[in-house]
Amino acid sequence: MRRGISAVAMAAAIVLGVTACGGSGSDDKNDKGSAAKDPAAVSGTITYWDTSDAKNEAPTYQALIKDFEAKYPHIKVNYQNVDFTTVEQKFKAAAQSGKGAPDVVRTDVGLIPEYASLHYIAPLDGTTALSDTQDFVAGPMDTTKYEGKTYGVPSVTDTLGLLYNKDIFAKAGIAAPPTTWDELIADSATIKAKVPGVEGTYVNPDSYFLFPVLFGEGADLADPAAKKVTINSPEAVKAVTEAKKIYDTSSLKVDFASAYDNMQTSFKTGKVAMLVQGPWSVGDDLTGSAFQGKEANLGYAPVPAGSTGKALAPTGGHDLAVYQGSGNLDAAYLFTQFMTSSASQQTIALKNGTLPTRTSAYTAEVLKNQTIAGFKPIMDTARPRVALPQVGSLFTPLQQEYIKILQGKSSVQDGLDAAAKEFGKLLPGYTVQ
Amino acid sequence: MTTATMDEPAPGTAARPPREPRPGLMTSIRRSWDRHWYAWAMVAPVVIVLAVLVFYPLGYGTYLSLTNANETNVAKNIGPVHIGATYHWVGLHNYWQVLSGKDGDFYPRFEWTVVWTVCCVAVTYAIGLAMAMLLNRRVKFRLFYRLCLILPWAVPAFIGVFAWRLMLNSQYGVFNDIITSFGLPAQDWLGTPLSQKIAVIMVNIWVGVPFMMVALLGGLQSIPGELYEAAEMDGASPLQRFTNVTVPGLRPVTSTVVLLSTVWTFNMFAIIYLLLGNNTTGDTDILVTYAYEKAFTGVSDYSGAATYGIVILLILVAFSTFYRRQLKPEQA
Repeated sequence: MRRGISAVAMAAAIVLGVTACGGSGSDDKNDKGSAAKDPAAVSGTITYWDTSDAKNEAPTYQALIKDFEAKYPHIKVNYQNVDFTTVEQKFKAAAQSGKGAPDVVRTDVGLIPEYASLHYIAPLDGTTALSDTQDFVAGPMDTTKYEGKTYGVPSVTDTLGLLYNKDIFAKAGIAAPPTTWDELIADSATIKAKVPGVEGTYVNPDSYFLFPVLFGEGADLADPAAKKVTINSPEAVKAVTEAKKIYDTSSLKVDFASAYDNMQTSFKTGKVAMLVQGPWSVGDDLTGSAFQGKEANLGYAPVPAGSTGKALAPTGGHDLAVYQGSGNLDAAYLFTQFMTSSASQQTIALKNGTLPTRTSAYTAEVLKNQTIAGFKPIMDTARPRVALPQVGSLFTPLQQEYIKILQGKSSVQDGLDAAAKEFGKLLPGYTVQ
Repeated sequence: MTTATMDEPAPGTAARPPREPRPGLMTSIRRSWDRHWYAWAMVAPVVIVLAVLVFYPLGYGTYLSLTNANETNVAKNIGPVHIGATYHWVGLHNYWQVLSGKDGDFYPRFEWTVVWTVCCVAVTYAIGLAMAMLLNRRVKFRLFYRLCLILPWAVPAFIGVFAWRLMLNSQYGVFNDIITSFGLPAQDWLGTPLSQKIAVIMVNIWVGVPFMMVALLGGLQSIPGELYEAAEMDGASPLQRFTNVTVPGLRPVTSTVVLLSTVWTFNMFAIIYLLLGNNTTGDTDILVTYAYEKAFTGVSDYSGAATYGIVILLILVAFSTFYRRQLKPEQA
């Protein structure tokens, strides 16, 4: 069955590839200089893989593509929506075989080092894709760099913050959201005592949500400069001990098979008071009984700080990347430039409520959106993750050990030592303590 | 083969000429072609399809398992980038890593895979047989019962699995709603590795019973009723009738369905992967889901995943061979 599908897909890809080449054949021969001078002369068909939410966000991108095609009438864009959770494997398989790969792909910021190290995406320095680079916010721009080159153009950005239910906080008599993890634990105890049936938070056992706690103690997965695995450092042990304490004292009991869905349901129906979450979840929150029609009830705050006193969360979001083997690089660059321009970013922000990556896109009108206004100050706490190609692979062992720690099956030190050992297998040349 | 010998003169009819020297390979192929070209033409499509879909991937997988290929060192020809393959032959190193237990992952997974397979097959067979016996009697609405019990089979596996996942949800699932309404404490059905293991076995049994039941019902119906009548005349108790008529009568069906069910369960990917999601400790991974993780998370480890694939294949081939050998004398 799967073979049948892939054979069909391959046939379709070949046909598409042939037509794409046919359309653009003559222009491929053009020297880059002339294309750069006269963008209107670029022609052909390019394929764009979008990973935005197919129902709520995709129409905005499709409308922008119509504008692009109107501006560059010789370029046709083949829009394809690909599920966010499967795009990594699909893109890598297509990119490696060269069959059916898109020309431009919307890429989670964490995947840029992996794609770049595998030569799947093209360096963009000096191409038309990058324009007004000084306008980009520093954090999102950092996510596009790998070994000194730029491999993507920031499209939208996000980070984790603390979302809280103002009603519950008022009922518990708490004036302001917690600023440290210890305050979060104390506030949760107050909430549990004063508001019956409500817990403080819901710990997401996904290891991405562990980052704010790790960063708060100055810990990270690995140290690429010293070539050292640092996930079992004393700071990391302290951080995970804190995470376990939050889980034991302040969290609703986690359902590990449906953690994310249950977390969202619990928060939006008012069963938990606060969540470490990103701006992408707000749209869903507003459909729940606690926030529907009461958007002002949703409070935004930076993630709590650890013992270092700094509140830090990972930079998320999406960059547009260009497939290195694209048959029509000029059109792909132009498309990338258009989609990440300030005007396009404002359109996306206004319609989808996602955070732009250009300073100039934060206009007064854009800042009227409550989510964007709420998260803009939080973006100051965002910091990049280690830019290692293997980051995607590191999440699995960390996740497994983190869950064992949360379930009490292994101690914090043992669990992190085991994770470090697995990291060592995945990061050749790195020392493990 | 028989037609080939038919063409030769029957022994003893004429003075047999001294035996020719054995024809060369080419000659025998040509002769075989001349005689049987029609047969070759008939099987050619199947042979070609098998070669493309089975033998080529299998051969390539075996080759990869003898190298250290992963996503970073295979050949890349992407646009302006042309990098040759830098992986190399490592012989049986990967197999040694796996089978000696050095990678630390194989034996725990293998142990759980065996437990999982044995539990699933044994319980599925027992329940399937019991239901088949019930439905083999003359009862009212027999057709209706049969249809109901086949239903899990008609539901696509992933839909069934998601339904179970929703029902087992510890906060918003229907099972906990039911037991808390009786005043019992809510259970965390998918909360620990042990309860997750029990849950996946339970769901797999639910998915597997209809097939067992239908197959065994067919087997039961093929046992002649006279045998039961004769046994009853001889004063055999119901238990004796079961052990001495039903069980031997079902043996051909049993041997086939147990073999099939074992192979399917051993490689049952969807239920474990879909029921438990990503937030697991890894203890619930069977060999197949573990190989999938190797191949499809982060930077792909082609040689490692291929090694697991071949090891799984060898285990199943060994099991099938042994199982059929064991059964042969009994059937004879």
